[in-house]
Amino acid sequence: MTGGTRVAVWGALLALGLAAPFLFPAYLQQIATLWLFVVFALTWDLVGGQMGYNSFGNVVFVGVGMYGCAVTQIGLFYSVGAYTAARGGGTEFVFNMPQYLGGLATGVVAGGLLAVVTALVLGSLVLGMRGHYFAICTLGLGVAAGELAAGWNWIGAGSGMTAPTAPDALDVNSFYYYLCFILAVVTFFATRWLLSTRFGLAINAIRDDEDKAEAMGLPTTRLKVAAWMFSGFFLGLAGGIYGNMNRFIDPNDLAFAGSTIGVWMVLMAILGGKGTLWGPVIGAAVFQVFKELFWTYLLGWQRVALGLLIVLIVVFFPQGILGYLRERFPALFGHTIDPDPAGASEPEEARP
Amino acid sequence: MSALLEVSGVSKSFGGVRANDNISLKVDDGRIIGLIGPNGSGKTTLFSSIVGFHPIDGGSIRFEGKEISQNTVPEIARMGLLRTFQQTRIYSKMTCVENMLISRSMRGRAFTDFFRQRSSQKVDRADDLLEFVGLFSKRNLMAGSLSFGQQKLLEFAMALMSEPKMLMLDEPTAGINPTLINGLIDRLRRANAEFGITLFVIEHNMRVIMNLAEHIYCLAHGELLAEGPPEAIQNDQRVVDAYLGTH
Amino acid sequence: MSGMLSNLQILTVAPVFNVQLIIDGLLIGAVFALAAYGMALVWGVMNIINITQGEFVVLGGYVAVEFAAHGIHPLFAVPVAAVFLYVVGWLVYRGVIFRVVDQDLFISLLATFGISILLQQLMNTVFGADVRVANAHLDSWQILGGMVTVSQVKVVSFVTCVALGLGLMWFLKASRLGQAIRATAQNARAARVLGINTDHVYATTYALNAAICGTAGALIAMAYTIHPYIGLPYTLRSFMIVIVAGLGNLGGVILSGVGLGIAENYAGFILGAQFQLAFVFLLLVAVLVVRNWCLQRQRRYLK
Repeated sequence: MTGGTRVAVWGALLALGLAAPFLFPAYLQQIATLWLFVVFALTWDLVGGQMGYNSFGNVVFVGVGMYGCAVTQIGLFYSVGAYTAARGGGTEFVFNMPQYLGGLATGVVAGGLLAVVTALVLGSLVLGMRGHYFAICTLGLGVAAGELAAGWNWIGAGSGMTAPTAPDALDVNSFYYYLCFILAVVTFFATRWLLSTRFGLAINAIRDDEDKAEAMGLPTTRLKVAAWMFSGFFLGLAGGIYGNMNRFIDPNDLAFAGSTIGVWMVLMAILGGKGTLWGPVIGAAVFQVFKELFWTYLLGWQRVALGLLIVLIVVFFPQGILGYLRERFPALFGHTIDPDPAGASEPEEARP
Repeated sequence: MSALLEVSGVSKSFGGVRANDNISLKVDDGRIIGLIGPNGSGKTTLFSSIVGFHPIDGGSIRFEGKEISQNTVPEIARMGLLRTFQQTRIYSKMTCVENMLISRSMRGRAFTDFFRQRSSQKVDRADDLLEFVGLFSKRNLMAGSLSFGQQKLLEFAMALMSEPKMLMLDEPTAGINPTLINGLIDRLRRANAEFGITLFVIEHNMRVIMNLAEHIYCLAHGELLAEGPPEAIQNDQRVVDAYLGTH
Repeated sequence: MSGMLSNLQILTVAPVFNVQLIIDGLLIGAVFALAAYGMALVWGVMNIINITQGEFVVLGGYVAVEFAAHGIHPLFAVPVAAVFLYVVGWLVYRGVIFRVVDQDLFISLLATFGISILLQQLMNTVFGADVRVANAHLDSWQILGGMVTVSQVKVVSFVTCVALGLGLMWFLKASRLGQAIRATAQNARAARVLGINTDHVYATTYALNAAICGTAGALIAMAYTIHPYIGLPYTLRSFMIVIVAGLGNLGGVILSGVGLGIAENYAGFILGAQFQLAFVFLLLVAVLVVRNWCLQRQRRYLK
């Protein structure tokens, strides 16, 4: 795509995204979720598709962000233990506008930072494993986090936590929609920037041949942890927003049982095309459309259908949409096919 | 001329097999040193021991006077001691230029340097080196689509990009079209003469190593069998016997 | 926290409780070991880590539950569950697994994960999310002055698992198919060259594993409880046991299975039942982290 076309596409998407509350007010929640899915897919792909470390546990960072944000929002003004014991905020725990907005801002950032620290600690422990061991270890982390959250009374245990109630003056639907949209845009451009630096090349090198990368002197451990911390940050922010948008923080969202965002984010990246920038975005969009269709038209069987979709994608379409397009129309992606594969290695063609 | 690399009494066993047994050798700064020996004599194991790929059972390895046997592979690589692989390893899903760019030397650079954009100066140097090995026309192709011989040249170019002080090459001419071997030897000599890179080369092709190396070590059954200038080694009956299997 | 400390105190003050925990751990450990053995079989023969393992177990459990719900004694369900799951396993192999057998491990991991989600949700929709039991109407023995209860159905389950394990060992050693399976596990290409139909071996192995899981599941439904979401914990338990014991090591699998059973019971008692699963999952993580750390001291890693 030429520069001009690219800017035009971005402009159109940006405009659509900004205008959505006016164009599709009935679907606002779903589109907001879509933007969050974009964040989940992009961050997963950075560590999975770009770096080759397929994590089933990124949901931990969402959870840390979700709970960290809620605890901060509430803890700034009230006692968290008392709040969760009251099961639902009730009428004693009221937040006026500055308290709500201030608490939210602090909370979301706190959730993000807490997620970064979590990524640092967990990453140092588990990023030394490779392949399926890393995948299953992160799976264990993901489900363990869900179980721990469901057992810890201070944060509401199995009943979860109700997010602070927004003051009436705030139009929550549009407000949270824009938060999700802005986060998605920021995450996209941040990821794009990161991939354009040497860091992007370095993590690709780790994916292609980690032993070679080490043999060439790349500080692979630090690079891997940094990548996970980068992803963790945006996942933590997303978690904070997600919890508040749903007005309820549910430990079951973290648990793996029942097929939740933990495995969906993997599917979205694969569906769109692993290891590309736009793949996860497209995959998130398509996945969200499927999910909403299933939930609307296959009620009762929607999760079964989703499970079937997962199997079909993984078995029959692992290269994803962009991968498929790249194979069929390589020129579109700027891939030069070698005109002379058997070509001599002598420099008969000198540089211009 | 000082010893850039000093290997003293290095031993390494795998299970019950003693792959390296009390090996001592040295590589002087700026020279081209050869390592030969029949298959299974422990040459690649020795290389792996030196660059830190696995810990050694005993002995010492000093690079520029510093003990490196306890260091990790990336640390040793950043000190300027690189090796190429027998099976030739490159980053297959990146273009040749990208392979070169990520191989740039890291000496004197902080971790935060990774967050800089890819500058055009580095691309120029990458292009220069790609041309040096004859791969300029393939610069934008996926490295994985190159032929085996071309990948070997790319690996060599990547090593040069990293500005090593010493380069350990594991069978650099294996699998290369015989008509192109002379060109490769020529480039190795130029890398040594013009870029000042010390070379330590494992080779099976006797013609190549006898022409290239100034001093040769011969391993057999995990032990150092003989050492000396090419003429001496060629005429050493023990070396001949080791290769022919009569002893 | 204080609750946990007082639980710990009970164990030291009244040692007879330890006996209960150990016996219960031993009895369920055999079931864990059986499921782990099946997973090791599939892993060793086809290099596939079967995330669907737990769902096969739960499905076997529902066979027993349905039998009991229709008035048939669930013990009869055990062989039926084995046969039913054998067929299910065969179909899953023919439908999905054979396409991913020679691809990279992540794809097969995701594929079996997808099937596990599919089966889990199917069971949830068909059977409902309630916790179910297949009542075997068996009693319990009271030993040690009535302080320790040994449930008879749990002993039946233990004995069945041991018998099945021994039977499997004999089958793999002595029968032609068993030998073909072992040969394929060692070197698939050589096996093919020697005329073994490796695809048939793979299908049989996978189906056999499903049958093993089904049997374990039926026993669990009788002796314990099941619900649609109990699958993944069983999968992760099996994986953990295989990691600790190693692929070819039946003795290790038994020891690890029993060890895990006992450890889990202690964790449930001391930390509280709501943290028992968290313990299992964190133990898995700990096992992997420690294993990897030990390897890293030799500049290697888990792969």
